[in-house]
Amino acid sequence: MKQRKLMHTAAAAALAVAGTAVAAGAEEVRVYNWSDYIDESLLEKFEAETGYDLIYDVFDSNEVLETKLLAGGSGYDVVVPSGTFLQRQIKAGAFQKLDKSKLPNLVHMWDVIMERTAKYDPGNEYSVNYMWGTTGIGVNVGKVREVLGEDAPIDSLSLVFDPANMEKLASCGVHFLDAPSEMIPMALKYLGENPDSHDPDVIAKVEPVYAAIRPYIQKFHNSEYINALANGEICVAVGWSGDVLQARDRADEADNGVEIAYHAPKEGAQMWFDQMAIPVDAPNPEGAHAFINFMMEPENIAAATNYVYYANGNKGSWPYILPEILEDPAIYPDEETMKNLFTTTPYEPRVQRFVTRLWTKIKSGT
Amino acid sequence: MTGKLRRWLVIGVPYLWLLALFLVPFLIVLKISLSDPALSIPPYTPTLDLSRGWEGVREFVAGLDFENYVFLTTDDLYWKAYLSSLWIAAFATFLTLLVGFPIAYGMACAPVHWRPTLLMGVILPFWTSFLIRVYSWMGILAQEGVLNRALMWLGLIDEPLMILNTPTAVYIGIVYTYLPFMVLPIYATLDKLDVSLIEAAEDLGCSRTQSFWLVTVPLARPGIIAGCFLVFIPALGEFVIPSLLGGSRTLMVGKVLWEEFFSNRDWPVASAVAVVLLLILIVPIILFQRNEQKAREAEQ
Repeated sequence: MKQRKLMHTAAAAALAVAGTAVAAGAEEVRVYNWSDYIDESLLEKFEAETGYDLIYDVFDSNEVLETKLLAGGSGYDVVVPSGTFLQRQIKAGAFQKLDKSKLPNLVHMWDVIMERTAKYDPGNEYSVNYMWGTTGIGVNVGKVREVLGEDAPIDSLSLVFDPANMEKLASCGVHFLDAPSEMIPMALKYLGENPDSHDPDVIAKVEPVYAAIRPYIQKFHNSEYINALANGEICVAVGWSGDVLQARDRADEADNGVEIAYHAPKEGAQMWFDQMAIPVDAPNPEGAHAFINFMMEPENIAAATNYVYYANGNKGSWPYILPEILEDPAIYPDEETMKNLFTTTPYEPRVQRFVTRLWTKIKSGT
Repeated sequence: MTGKLRRWLVIGVPYLWLLALFLVPFLIVLKISLSDPALSIPPYTPTLDLSRGWEGVREFVAGLDFENYVFLTTDDLYWKAYLSSLWIAAFATFLTLLVGFPIAYGMACAPVHWRPTLLMGVILPFWTSFLIRVYSWMGILAQEGVLNRALMWLGLIDEPLMILNTPTAVYIGIVYTYLPFMVLPIYATLDKLDVSLIEAAEDLGCSRTQSFWLVTVPLARPGIIAGCFLVFIPALGEFVIPSLLGGSRTLMVGKVLWEEFFSNRDWPVASAVAVVLLLILIVPIILFQRNEQKAREAEQ
């Protein structure tokens, strides 16, 4: 009881301090987004245009964001969870509904993407798409051809799930994402199963698939592969489209003779959406709406896309996007590839525990 | 201020410190470990609702149970993680002692006017963030890293060594990070060592090695024990080092905790794992201390 009271006092004190800070200087907007996910000049532009002080922090896994949200009092005004996580967080009451009257730029959004995101957020009432992409395979073309020959299946899941290929690729280094909610559907797709299966018996089928290739996987990580691919330390990374393309860009800049390519596997690739949303306890919802609206301004979101190589959900931004990005099927897939993309839904707690345990077993052998 | 009040303050402040920074957080964790996960903010139930008075408290207590501890026994992951952490922490502590003792010994034997500089040298790394120091080891140990390039350039190896993402990297990380915690207490005891005792031992026919093992080491024992505890305890729950330097195969309880907490969103089980870890640490330490105290009393 005492402790409760103490916490209230502390919270009141913190509020008082925050209040004076606001009175003294400009109001703050706190944004929590994925790492390597924006053109940083946009941050200054936002401050210049709106007069808010922008505090921009980054994370590299949905789990970290979700834990902060569910603990409450994260202090952020805008966060960017992926679709499946968003869906669960909405159910947990972590977000407030958007005030669409404060978001005039909604008119620029792309209906095709809005339809897909409505699967996670019915009516798009809580969120606006920031970027979307696919989970696929990044390769160092030269090295992979050197190891597997000219006809290496770089656009197929068999490149990374066939032990015969992986055994050879191990010599030049392979990274996988440490994201079971994407790596398990991918292996299920390879097996020809429903990638969105929530049936533990079906999910368990991926275990032998991973067991066979596990010795050849150097690391499971969500961001290290960008640099590792770019500087030639690894030759294959199962990763997110834009991140692989950023690696391609960095390698080009370094002019180190490394040629990186990204493919959404021809068997089908997972499509994901990162959504801007406002936590229920956001200190500055007004500023949060201003930030979201700012990011929906076609020129701004186009600048972000031009910088991070991810497609956005904003149709109005197309005229401002570099042609080589808009026309790159690895970023904006053609209609044929679009049909092949699949989405997944969040696991129930019981299935989630099973998936996490299976993933630990896959990674550590225990 | 009266003497009595002052005495109470002197005794009371450390206890208050322990109460606020150890007991209260522990009780919160213990409480969460007895609840059930839920999809809400916060992600567990029941929460204490004091506005409903006595009724609220009773309902809260009724909602607590030991289910999560029972769950820990149903999966071998947990005890394997505890065992593997114990082993890694113990072996790393041993390695740190192996490296740290000679450093402390060298410092204690150095000319007096050098010692402050040497001491500074041991403390200096603390001026940089722990995270950055561990991160920079990734740059050193990577396949294309500084170490491999240097060794290749020297012609000592033809193929880059695979160190990063292996247990070896974890040991290097722990030894490097916790070395000062080993060196400082050992140095403190060696520094106070009465040199005439060693001279006496040598006068009585001990060789230098004998006097080192029979006189110096036993007298440095309190420092060695303190150093080992200071390294072993944090290494046991270490998360940053194994996750940055270790591969996915390095199973440590810190990582299991992370997974329960972040991937499964199961705060109650995560808390139960933490409580058990604490018991694993505290029980042997208490037994050890009691043993030490008995030995001391027996000596007197």
